[in-house]
Amino acid sequence: MNLEKRTIVIPSQLLGDVKKDKAGSGTFIENGKIYSEVIGVLNRNKEYINVTPLKGRYNPNQNDFVIGIVMEAMQSSWLVDINAAYPALLHVNEVPWDVEFGETEKYLNHGDVVMAKVLSVDQEKKLNITLKDRNLYKVKGGNIIDVEPSKVPRIIGKKGSMISLLKKYTNCRIFVGQNGRIWIDGEDKGIKKVINTIELIQKESLSYGLTNKIENLLKNDAKDVQ
Amino acid sequence: MKSDIKLFENGKRLDGRRPDELRKIKIEVGVLHRAEGSCYLEWGDNKVLAAVYGPREAVPRHTQNPLRAIVNARYNMAAFSVDDRKRPGPDRRSREISKVISEALEYVILLEKFPRASIDVNIEVLDAEAGTRVAGLTAAAVALVDAGIPMKDIPVGCAAGKIEGKVVLDLGKEEDNYGDADLPIVISPRTNEILLLQMDGHLTPKEFDEALDLAIKGCHEVSKMQKEAIMKKFEKEAQ
Repeated sequence: MNLEKRTIVIPSQLLGDVKKDKAGSGTFIENGKIYSEVIGVLNRNKEYINVTPLKGRYNPNQNDFVIGIVMEAMQSSWLVDINAAYPALLHVNEVPWDVEFGETEKYLNHGDVVMAKVLSVDQEKKLNITLKDRNLYKVKGGNIIDVEPSKVPRIIGKKGSMISLLKKYTNCRIFVGQNGRIWIDGEDKGIKKVINTIELIQKESLSYGLTNKIENLLKNDAKDVQ
Repeated sequence: MKSDIKLFENGKRLDGRRPDELRKIKIEVGVLHRAEGSCYLEWGDNKVLAAVYGPREAVPRHTQNPLRAIVNARYNMAAFSVDDRKRPGPDRRSREISKVISEALEYVILLEKFPRASIDVNIEVLDAEAGTRVAGLTAAAVALVDAGIPMKDIPVGCAAGKIEGKVVLDLGKEEDNYGDADLPIVISPRTNEILLLQMDGHLTPKEFDEALDLAIKGCHEVSKMQKEAIMKKFEKEAQ
């Protein structure tokens, strides 16, 4: 296992020159020099210098799948907290039910949890979400945990490798929202295991070869149970 | 104001510092659980706690700017932070400091990334010993980094002043009370731009230049400590 650590950069740290590299996400250019703009991990590939943020709010993108908590039912729409800087609007036209005007509370109410898709993000960052897509519904039962949104890619793994591992070894149903909320349903034992493993992934998200490490861990764990 | 206290003795100051020496500074990052970012800072006998909430939708709505975020810094002194109990709540002094700190922070935060949002910075002075506004801003800057807010630079503040006709760095309590002038500044250490400059008392143009240079030098020293504290926290997380 490779124990090499990734480089952590802080805002205003000099990363390179525009003549040699291209400035990617999490960076800004001033006087021909590239600087980091957030606290994050340095990611240098052939062309670009990127900084993956370690902390911060979820930045919504169109077609992201997210888990939202309903904040308010209004006459013909709901306000949903999706962990972004702004609340998202869920219009009655975007739900699979036929909702009469003013009867939104019959379907979704304060505190209800939905799996949703980001429908649009405009320039003013006004957010719209929808429930009209495959596998989107109001959540009943299960547990929800919060993780740092920037660590979601690590929890999903390359092409979903990490998440399928978790599903395979714990017999749980898991849904990872891009906004850093994770829904888990299954047996109590399995849920506990998933939560512990995700905590571990978060803690060690900066080390290499993490998927293999987690697989070994889960395998050993499974043996102990038998 | 003249007094019987001698502020200088054998080239050393009251608390034994050299003229260009800072007080002791301790910075802790991420001390509050519910805030997005936080920082606890001790600067001599100053004790300051800064917390950052947001970016979140600005309320009331008419304060929103459709193009960029607004920064609400709130500087507050605890009733028990000074020798005589301070009447709690905002007063003229703390409102002024809140405003100048907000404006200094606005300059370095990349506000265009969060239209309609507000970034709330609460600075709580728990113990005051002179130089709380620069201590507050220095803590606020660290808390902003801890909150993962995109910034052009980490601003940093430091004061210089004149006591018994001599320009010195980072005034202590007695030096502030009985000295001739106080010059707190905030800079952007990467570019050396001045984001905040206030002055109390009188300085000749020559003394002013000298004090400004000294304060900028002090800022860079504090900036190093800020960065070390941030790195220490996040490298520990990464192990």
